[in-house]
Amino acid sequence: MSVDTNTSVGLVTPCDFLFGTHEADFLELDCGQKISHVNIRYETYGKLDAQRKNAILILHALSGDAHVAGYHADSDKKPGWWDEMVGPGKAFDSNKYYIVCSNVLGGCSGSTGPQSINPRTGKKYNMDFPVITIADMVRAQERLMRHLNIPQWLSVGGGSMGGMQALQWALDYPNKIRSVLAIATAASLSSQGIAFNWVGREAVMSDANWSKGEYNENLPERGLATARMLAHITYLSDESMNQKFGRRLREINEYAYDFTRNFEVESYLDYQGQRFVERFDANSYLYITRAIDYFDLSASASGDLSLALSHVKAPFLVISFSSDWLFPPEDSKEIVRALRSNNIDVVYCDIKSIYGHDAFLLETVTLNSLITDFLACRYEEVLNE
Amino acid sequence: MNDEPLNVLRGRNDLIVIADNVSPNSRVLDLGCGGGELLRYLHDTKGVRGSGIELSQDKILKCVKIGVSVVHGNLNDGLGEFPDKSFDFVILSQTLQAVDRPDRLLLDMARVGRKVIVSFINIGYFTCRAQLLFFGRMPVTCTLPDPWYDTSNIHLGTLWDFRSLCRFVGIRIFKEVPLNTRSRFLGTIWPNMFAQTCVFIIGEKKTT
Repeated sequence: MSVDTNTSVGLVTPCDFLFGTHEADFLELDCGQKISHVNIRYETYGKLDAQRKNAILILHALSGDAHVAGYHADSDKKPGWWDEMVGPGKAFDSNKYYIVCSNVLGGCSGSTGPQSINPRTGKKYNMDFPVITIADMVRAQERLMRHLNIPQWLSVGGGSMGGMQALQWALDYPNKIRSVLAIATAASLSSQGIAFNWVGREAVMSDANWSKGEYNENLPERGLATARMLAHITYLSDESMNQKFGRRLREINEYAYDFTRNFEVESYLDYQGQRFVERFDANSYLYITRAIDYFDLSASASGDLSLALSHVKAPFLVISFSSDWLFPPEDSKEIVRALRSNNIDVVYCDIKSIYGHDAFLLETVTLNSLITDFLACRYEEVLNE
Repeated sequence: MNDEPLNVLRGRNDLIVIADNVSPNSRVLDLGCGGGELLRYLHDTKGVRGSGIELSQDKILKCVKIGVSVVHGNLNDGLGEFPDKSFDFVILSQTLQAVDRPDRLLLDMARVGRKVIVSFINIGYFTCRAQLLFFGRMPVTCTLPDPWYDTSNIHLGTLWDFRSLCRFVGIRIFKEVPLNTRSRFLGTIWPNMFAQTCVFIIGEKKTT
């Protein structure tokens, strides 16, 4: 395979940043614990300009990783998870910006998480890993920022849980960001969202192989696949599922009168579940979904989102998708209202789409247009200072 | 930025009058801001810090392209998120007749803006009256081109109606600029008959 470097960032090599090797450098977590020897896996695309003003942090969602664009090897079948948005001439233009994406704390794609070795015991953390929050993930990213010697992000942004991290950045480090891209996200997870996460975790934890998180060769694959299938339904919409699968049967002309995969939609979900267990750690899934549950931006101001955002300065681009019922447009409008009440510059667009929550990965034409123009304005502003 | 900045207002003389009445370096909210042309023009010529509300996704993309802050929204949902007097000017051009409750929006605009600039389509214009009087038909004009059964203009009124609504809800009219008159003289002495549109500059009574 040859990669077209006119449209792709091409081959990329992941980097590692280890911190917390001495006590003063440990990462303090919301739960009160401190964690040592934290590794953050990250990738960068493009070049940091001489004034260090063109750095953008992309934040990934629940099942994402640091590999946002390009390929790790020529043999890779698929590029990074947001390749259509990141690269030469794309919204996150690697010819223009220096783009960074890191795997979240608690993840299983290179950064320290439940699968990592606990330096105190010499064994895997598993369920001894401290319960982390979105703010903890952001704290770790801020360490990376210092390591990369970036004084201020031109923008921080992401979709879903990535958007939550972007919002958290605005709240915790208002002086270190110049703009925020909050896509298909919310200031707090809804009760319905918490409920789905609960059922997902129950599926994992009730798998006999899970063994209180101490699994080795026999992974809790059934449980994790079930959790993923359930979650996957919440990423789609009724309309997109009907359009994609309808009631079509799979490789049969009539009902099999059994409980195997008869329908195409069943087979699709099964496939999604199987693919997920090949790349994702069950314990990580528990920890990250919990972090999403706990996310509540207004908590610091006793539930008053507007008050919580009162010291935010950066302009926002807020995007929702009309058919997203996991992070519905109303959740984005709540963010917009709170920003507006603080006289913060905000662009908001509810993109018409049938793809549900997944639209933030699929509606790339509209996203490219909005993000390209929004970032161009922000970059012009910082260059004119 | 623009060689002929007035061109961006596409010859809409109500927009030109609106722009003339906006003070330099003020904060402006443009309701139904379209592709953001007016806000961009005000930014370039008067250093205005503006934002808009727009319903159409395509127009929102155009706003963002020219660097205009815009929020996707429906004017029928009101301006609840905006604090009192958070803008120097709130602008609504030729749209009041299309919202569910013009009276409520007018009050909301007066709450949010120190001054409100509205351009209003006048159904009392003499050709409209003539169509009704002589032909017994709902008027169709260049500012109101759609037939009665397929129009977004559901709350048409005359300039008199607008003035009495302002009086009724306690809004003060600071200035009126009759437009698209056949003759300046007739438009000035009898705007309700001879002005196709009129720009009103209004505001809350208590703040004046």
